[in-house]
Amino acid sequence: MLSRVADSLFWISRYIERAENTARIIDVNLNLMLDLPGEERLFEPIIKSAGCSEIFYNKYTKATAENVMDFLTFDTDNQDSIINCVSIARENARCIRETITLEMWMLINKFYHRLYDKKIKEEMLNNPHNFFTEIKEFCQLYVGIQDGTMSHGIGWNFAWLGRMLERADQTSRILDVKYFMLLPDISMVGMTLDTVQWTALLKSVSAFEMFRKTYANVTPQNVSEFLILNKEFPRSVYYCLEHAERALKNIINHQKTDNGKKSMRVIGKLKSILEFSTVDEIILHGLHETIDEIQLRLSDFNVSIYNDFINCVWKI
Amino acid sequence: MKFETYQTEDFFDELFFENGEPRACAKPLIDTINELPDGELQRRQKTAEASFMDTGITFAVYGNKDGAEKIIPFDVIPRIVDAKTWENLEKGLKQRTEAMNCFLNDIYGEQKILRDKVIPENLIYTCTAFRKECIGLVPQRKIWAHITGTDLVRDKDGTFYVLEDNMRCPSGVSYVLQNRRILKQTFPKVFSKCAIRPVDEYTTKLREMLEYLAPDTTDNPKAVVLTPGVYNSAYFEHSFLSQQMGIELVSGNDLIVKDNKVYEKTTQGLVQVHVIYRRIDDEFLDPMTFRKDSLLGVAGLFEAYKAGNVALANAPGCGVADDKAIYTYVPDIIKYYLGEDNIIPNVPTFVCENPVKMNHVISNIDKMVVKAVSESGGYGMLVGPHATEKEREEFKEKIKANPRNYIAQPMISLSRVPTITENGFEGRHVDLRPYIIQGKDIYVIPGGLTRVALKKGSVVVNSSQGGGGKDTWVIAPDKGAPEQGQSIKFMQHQQQQQQQERRN
Repeated sequence: MLSRVADSLFWISRYIERAENTARIIDVNLNLMLDLPGEERLFEPIIKSAGCSEIFYNKYTKATAENVMDFLTFDTDNQDSIINCVSIARENARCIRETITLEMWMLINKFYHRLYDKKIKEEMLNNPHNFFTEIKEFCQLYVGIQDGTMSHGIGWNFAWLGRMLERADQTSRILDVKYFMLLPDISMVGMTLDTVQWTALLKSVSAFEMFRKTYANVTPQNVSEFLILNKEFPRSVYYCLEHAERALKNIINHQKTDNGKKSMRVIGKLKSILEFSTVDEIILHGLHETIDEIQLRLSDFNVSIYNDFINCVWKI
Repeated sequence: MKFETYQTEDFFDELFFENGEPRACAKPLIDTINELPDGELQRRQKTAEASFMDTGITFAVYGNKDGAEKIIPFDVIPRIVDAKTWENLEKGLKQRTEAMNCFLNDIYGEQKILRDKVIPENLIYTCTAFRKECIGLVPQRKIWAHITGTDLVRDKDGTFYVLEDNMRCPSGVSYVLQNRRILKQTFPKVFSKCAIRPVDEYTTKLREMLEYLAPDTTDNPKAVVLTPGVYNSAYFEHSFLSQQMGIELVSGNDLIVKDNKVYEKTTQGLVQVHVIYRRIDDEFLDPMTFRKDSLLGVAGLFEAYKAGNVALANAPGCGVADDKAIYTYVPDIIKYYLGEDNIIPNVPTFVCENPVKMNHVISNIDKMVVKAVSESGGYGMLVGPHATEKEREEFKEKIKANPRNYIAQPMISLSRVPTITENGFEGRHVDLRPYIIQGKDIYVIPGGLTRVALKKGSVVVNSSQGGGGKDTWVIAPDKGAPEQGQSIKFMQHQQQQQQQERRN
């Protein structure tokens, strides 16, 4: 497969996954707002976890729901806004139009035109829940169509790899920022406000129902264990890493060359650290420190994928 | 919407006789449309347009930042060509293609045609598309212009003329295929009543031709489509064709030349490429040979081509054959190489390089269409009868300043096809561009792109100048059993052909 094409498939998945996560976070917090009347600082951590405080506060003075919604959804100055994610995904899809299936292309294309509809902003403000549900469904539909119409060869595995890495990154990021923002005062641990917010965190990665089937109590420790170490939940960091590793193995097996051996080592190492850790060890080491390390290694992994497959030194 | 009040208005109409009766080949379509309930045709037209939008057959509007994109206007009423007319056109196009290939082999080889003074030597050397780098070169299988599109127009009396040859990878064939896909959905019943010749075969023929060009050193030829990139206005076509052929679409950055061989950069290392269907102009193909500032091409590509390790379709240097001044000599070219009279006539053309003809053009500019020889896409031209006095005067000065750059033709009264407008059906002027593939043999797509000037009275059909597209139906020669349906007949025909090939 052409390196450029593999790269595009990888990034389409990442951007669509990113759009989905953004839609989830906004939706959950809008909902939370109804439970916590008067709480005005709900949307600050969202801006922080998206890593774009600077751009945001240059444009807006206050992180109100409306400002944040607009910024994260339609603001083209925000690199990771939903409209930008979908546009970049579509641009990449256009570049590899001949590789993806017509159904995948038509879905992205239609959704792109929908986001540029003149009345769409009004629609969002009138019924945000419906609007963000539509975005989530679009992203899930894309994954489903890709799964059901595209051959599961090298390209498909690159797409899968991209999705898993983006998801691992998003989950760890959400957990990190919330961890700080949720505990304004140590005396509040275990109080209603705290529980409501940890529940919201779980919901924002769509994990609440599955969490409940495993744990009785919503405690920071349980939530961290579930979102980092759980082996079955499809958005836990560990799960994502394991599946990223599988995708990479498939690519290497398909190609029958040595490309990718280095990436395999990088992801294997990270995965085994998590595999043999307990949540107590993580908290003892520091949750924030652990997440930092995960993110650093994820970024190393990204670089080694790039070196192994996309921009190799070309030898004959 | 009905045809009851439709007027041909003293033009040749492709679907109707002057007396308002539909031509035989158009009757099933006209009857069907007349039977449709009110508003149904307009609804089908809207569905067709939406289908273009959803499948992304669009182009970006320059300078528009809000993501707006447009489709190339499309009209659902097709142009229909009867079997006999087509048979003659196809013969004429094949003849022209064959002669042009002889011409290209000669002009970059022995140049007999210049020595025999059939064509003036200076016309060749002053042609901007003539590539001296190609002198002495013999491309794979001795074919130069593998994919061509010939623009045809039809005059008041129904005679077809060649208006222009396009030898430099002309675009538009993807619209032919898409238009057909959409019309099959729009008028399914008419398709089952008429034997309309299918066009889908085109991409199979194209791939066959490309693989035929591969150097003999390989048993497993790899062909790719080379695009200037996603911002090119024909990008949709590049990606569509490569998808339909099942071969890769690459851009210049995906390719690399080592030891005069071309490779593509893949996730598992370098893989050799044998044939490139390039949709990049000669000048941008290789910064080491042609334009140094080209970022679109591949460094070293031309050397690899010269070494015979990679075939390029079309071959660099082809453009000399579609120079608008060479065009006037095509009948002589056909006579010289094939010893035949040309089957499809040229539009009478005045080459301004000849001072006598230039004076004639200047004094009759209000009756002429003047074109810059090196331009395309409807740019750099003057439609005399429709121009203002000021525009005519400006053009006279331009011609005098650089006569070699201009030709002129009398205004042809282009034929018309009924088209949906706000005021019901009205005739609009059309031309026709059939696409021709030259490989082991010559294949002419049955039909081609009918371009239509959507503005009332306009004769400029280019999409950059307010033109749109229509499907073109060519009726199959054997009308013996139209009720049998075209698909069955087509399959029988293919079966017979295959059997014959096996016997051979």
